[in-house]
Amino acid sequence: MFSNRIPIAKMAAAVVVLSAITCAIMLSINWNGAEDSTAAPKIDDLMNIAIVLSTVIFWIVMVALAYALHAFKAKPGDESDGEPIHGNTRLEIVWTLVPTVIVLFLGGWSWKVLDEVEEPTGHQLTVDVFSQQYAWSFGYPGKEYAYSQGVLHVPVNRQIVFKMHSQDVIHSFWVPQWRIKKDNVPGITTTAIVTPDKVGTYQLICTELCGFGHASMRAKVVVEPEAKWAKWVAGLKEKVPTPLMVSVKQDTETNPEPLERVDAE
Amino acid sequence: MVAAFKRPGWYRALLGTLVAAGLGVGLVVVLRSISGLSAFQSEQTGYPQVIVPLIMAPLGFLLGIGCFDYWLRWAFGLPTIPEDHAMHGAKSWKDYFKVNTDHKVIGVQYLCVNFFFFFVSGLMAMLIRAELAQPGTQIVSASTFNGLFSAHAAIMIFVFVVPVFAGLANYVLPLMIGAPDMAFPRLNALSFWMLPIAGILFVASFLAPGGAFDAGWTGYAPLSTGAPLGQSFFNLGVQFAGASSIATALNFLVTIITMRAPGMTFWRMPLLVWANLSTSLLVVAATPFIAGAQFMVFFDRILHTNFFQFGAGGDVISYQHIFWFYSHPAVYIMILPGFGIISEVISTHARKPIFGYRLMALALIGIVVLSYSVWAHHMFVAGMFSWLRVPMMLTTLLIAVPTGIKIFSWLGTLYFSKIHTRSTAMLFALAFIVTFTIGGISGVMLGMVPFDIHVSDTYFIVAHIHFVLFGGSVFTIFAGVYHWFPKMTGRMYDEKLGRVHFWGTLIGTWGTFIPMHWVGMDGMPRRVADYASQFGNWNLLISCFAFMLGAVQLVFLYNMIVSWRFGPRAEANPWRANSIEWLVSSPPPIYNFDEIPRVVGGPYEFGIPGARHAIMAGEGAEVPAGQPSVVGH
Repeated sequence: MFSNRIPIAKMAAAVVVLSAITCAIMLSINWNGAEDSTAAPKIDDLMNIAIVLSTVIFWIVMVALAYALHAFKAKPGDESDGEPIHGNTRLEIVWTLVPTVIVLFLGGWSWKVLDEVEEPTGHQLTVDVFSQQYAWSFGYPGKEYAYSQGVLHVPVNRQIVFKMHSQDVIHSFWVPQWRIKKDNVPGITTTAIVTPDKVGTYQLICTELCGFGHASMRAKVVVEPEAKWAKWVAGLKEKVPTPLMVSVKQDTETNPEPLERVDAE
Repeated sequence: MVAAFKRPGWYRALLGTLVAAGLGVGLVVVLRSISGLSAFQSEQTGYPQVIVPLIMAPLGFLLGIGCFDYWLRWAFGLPTIPEDHAMHGAKSWKDYFKVNTDHKVIGVQYLCVNFFFFFVSGLMAMLIRAELAQPGTQIVSASTFNGLFSAHAAIMIFVFVVPVFAGLANYVLPLMIGAPDMAFPRLNALSFWMLPIAGILFVASFLAPGGAFDAGWTGYAPLSTGAPLGQSFFNLGVQFAGASSIATALNFLVTIITMRAPGMTFWRMPLLVWANLSTSLLVVAATPFIAGAQFMVFFDRILHTNFFQFGAGGDVISYQHIFWFYSHPAVYIMILPGFGIISEVISTHARKPIFGYRLMALALIGIVVLSYSVWAHHMFVAGMFSWLRVPMMLTTLLIAVPTGIKIFSWLGTLYFSKIHTRSTAMLFALAFIVTFTIGGISGVMLGMVPFDIHVSDTYFIVAHIHFVLFGGSVFTIFAGVYHWFPKMTGRMYDEKLGRVHFWGTLIGTWGTFIPMHWVGMDGMPRRVADYASQFGNWNLLISCFAFMLGAVQLVFLYNMIVSWRFGPRAEANPWRANSIEWLVSSPPPIYNFDEIPRVVGGPYEFGIPGARHAIMAGEGAEVPAGQPSVVGH
């Protein structure tokens, strides 16, 4: 009903052109850094879908606002009122339903990605992550239960299940290039799943405020071919210290971890 | 002199504070001595000789300043002093420093105290940005840094954004609905006087041994349960701010429901009134949860209860559930009143009815309902029961729908209107639409679990919350302050300085917070004093914009103070608005109305010849043709 009084076609064209330019720029930028796990490209694709939809919505709002400011700005000295339009039911239904569909689509896609990245595969490796103010250490279950401090080695192209334990306060395990993060919560065992698919060296970053040493609570992460990794683990001299093993056992017995998808299967 | 100590006021408040604090220390010393313990205890989470006076001194202050006089006299059967109106209205600036039951005086008291803490906390932000301008630690130690950002957030949230909306609404809402005052004026005064106590507790924590509370404004257990004494200051400060907030919300609810002028049906209420109704519904039901969460941490600290002590069967994650069950609705507590302000400003300065008024009101209610079911989206990586993530994601995304309705309806309001940008209030309202859209978009992205897992606890979060809280809430606060400044002070502010403030704030906000999105996605965690050198240049840029943003707020401060004193006299209705507060003089008379006005139409009937929202007593009572003259609710 307003279409004959507003240049809808021109405004739509402006939205399309501006969105196309913005999307071209936004999608060409590598926002999240290297994609070094099987989950990373899926999550980045999801983000890109959100960026495209957001860009279009952003420009719809901006073009609509800009046109209104251009066309309906009062002339100096014009103290009359605007037109007494109180609303338009059809328009109001449209801008209720269309965003609903868009967000539900994003929700559905996110759900799908979440399921995919947490889908267990057959040949998993379990690694225990121990955190305390302000250091990381790692345990490799097996008959030896090898222990390493400050350095995490994992094999490439194999799904790793991290079982996380904290000795004091909450810490959080983040390797940005893998796109995974999980809090290490004292008293319970939490789980994160990732399949690194590139060989390389990374930084493990603590992302939950844990005290004055939070900013420097880092560890080195090395992803290497399985044979090399196996040799590295075999070369570890230390065993996981008894207090850590005791607390791991207690965590699992007294506070079974929150039902993770991997266990629900 | 003795008389001065007997009257409610600052002398008696000082006396009350000192006596109560002394009693507190005495109680601790005596009880501990009887128990055979050393008189003082200075374990990091203990300090009963500080904690007990810290609880009692504010109560002594409130008693002394006179918040409880009427109630206590009544309770003890003494003659009350109800009708001398000594505590109502302000005749000189000194009256603003006394307990006052006039909602207009209380509104101004709120705004001044809130903006005082806005600048205190802003100064902390400047220190934070100075430290972050370069990698490495230069200005403050890591511990002090943690205290600075914790106090910055706590003060901004609990003593600025949440209460400043209560202050604005305190002033304009009773006028808008044609009420002579709030429903419970004495409770209103008590609500106000609890606020500076919260602010002072937060700031004073810097003096505590071990420094200010440094577990973030979120105060996650068990970091907070084992933190130094300053954390207890936070736990207690939240109680005062929370109690103030709850009492005000109850006051608003009763005022809005029972004290509307004849003819003001629910569907004739201005959207600011709808917004405060919605906000108050959130506050009364959600705020007790943060009070509870902080009490539990407090008890774990000083009484060695085991709510969150994992070694003794406590549950660490339950803190986050309780905390966010308040603190997510809190973000709507911090934006819904702003939505109301924007609706008033846009409709008035565009000279046009709000587009889709009823859907706008229903969208507010929709946000209230949905906002109780999204809290765990702050916990996607927390290790909670993993099945909860998907439903929380869907409700989180759906809350974008009512929010979108608001944005689109404001745009719809602008079409076929007459937009006047001569008021700084309108500039902030228009800029709010842009900035809040960006903040809303990053909010939807954060709702998507797999993406949220990557950016949780990074600078992307810092960027998002500042876009919605600074670019959103604070912009609406500025819009509201400029819009009602003439009404509150009876003076006009300087538009030129307003424009400088507006453009500086807009550019500063974008320059500061847009690059933060990227450094977060690229791997910079939040809440760190030091960071990888690859982010150095971006952080320098962010800090430069932040300093500019900080500096330009001084223009605002200067404009407000000087215009309040020397600005040209304001007319009753400088913006030619429709709602009732503009039908009375600027500033309004002491009891608002000689006779309660009669509401005869909607609040935004611009462009309809002869249409009126309300008719003042003494005016000809002709009701324009076509409008029903229904009286009653």
